[in-house]
Amino acid sequence: MDKTWNNKAWFMVLPVLLLVAFSAVIPLMTVVNYSVQDTFGNNQFFWAGTEWYAEMLHSERFHAALLRNLFFSFIILAIEVPLGILIALNMPRKGWGVPVCLVLMSLPLLIPWNVVGTIWQVFGRVDIGLLGRTLSMLGINYNYVQNPLHAWVTVIVMDVWHWTSLVVLLCYAGLVSIPDAFYQAAKIDGASRWAVFRYIQLPKMNRVLLIAVLLRFMDSFMIYTEPFVVTGGGPGNSTTFLSIDLVKMAVGQFDLGPAAAMSIIYFLIILALSWVFYTVMTNYDAER
Amino acid sequence: MNLSWMAWTWPTAIFFMTILALLVGMAVWEYFSPGGNPRVGVLRFETTRGDRLFVSLLGSAFINLAWLGLVGPNLWWALALSVVYAIGVFRYV
Repeated sequence: MDKTWNNKAWFMVLPVLLLVAFSAVIPLMTVVNYSVQDTFGNNQFFWAGTEWYAEMLHSERFHAALLRNLFFSFIILAIEVPLGILIALNMPRKGWGVPVCLVLMSLPLLIPWNVVGTIWQVFGRVDIGLLGRTLSMLGINYNYVQNPLHAWVTVIVMDVWHWTSLVVLLCYAGLVSIPDAFYQAAKIDGASRWAVFRYIQLPKMNRVLLIAVLLRFMDSFMIYTEPFVVTGGGPGNSTTFLSIDLVKMAVGQFDLGPAAAMSIIYFLIILALSWVFYTVMTNYDAER
Repeated sequence: MNLSWMAWTWPTAIFFMTILALLVGMAVWEYFSPGGNPRVGVLRFETTRGDRLFVSLLGSAFINLAWLGLVGPNLWWALALSVVYAIGVFRYV
């Protein structure tokens, strides 16, 4: 049977298109305009061409922040996705435990980013924080203010605490949608726990995992508030991720041209990596 | 309406008008040939002509950035390379 094509349905997306135009497209156009000019304020702009892009492409500061961010996103995904799946697999499917687990899992997601940062900033302090004091009493010389490794561990653990729940809830939604008949068939066939996970649960979670990986990648690649509140990008520049560097450049130094060029490069990297993730995962799904 | 805060310049205006013209062109193409012409090309997965435009534009941006970073600020050759790349994408992807 021939599929009916009705292009009039596109008018239904017109409101969203207008909303996106005002919230994203117009600001993005402005950033592009800024990226090829220089300004000293007073709404006066001077043509700079591709100068800021060239400066950014050769900037060691930008390369370092980009590498830090890629490394951070890689660690975050490597921890949060398997951990989220593991927790979702062990959550109850029936009874009073379901709402309890769902509420507990939702709690970190309801806390604003800056509050999460403040909680962990205080939590990790050696003088008054529970974590800092406990580690100190155990003889571990923990100090995220002075030690880059400790700062990294704190920021990673904080992100895992804040966002693993999102992966858990998405995976759980995928898991509860699997009909019991699948498990019964697996039981009759004598499938092992691993085989049930590999051939029933994982394929059924594939779509939600795609959303989880995409959201977590984009979010972790744009991370700003939590590390800014906890470490301020330090010690030194050890936790200065791209967005922190960008704000320092745009707001702190008022270098709008280079900051705009950096934003565009940053945007293109996110777009390319998200497209790769999306394409690989949707095609893997289609092949199955 | 005062749009001076957007800091428009002629080169960026032409750039965005080109993107808009491409999108309008794609919409007209879709109107006369609906369905997006899906096919499996060298990437071994199905792409529509909208996907091919996206890959062309994104790839062109990276070609221009790479040229700027590795060769220099004269981007006319990078633009020519981007056009060749886009034709290749629409032909083989």
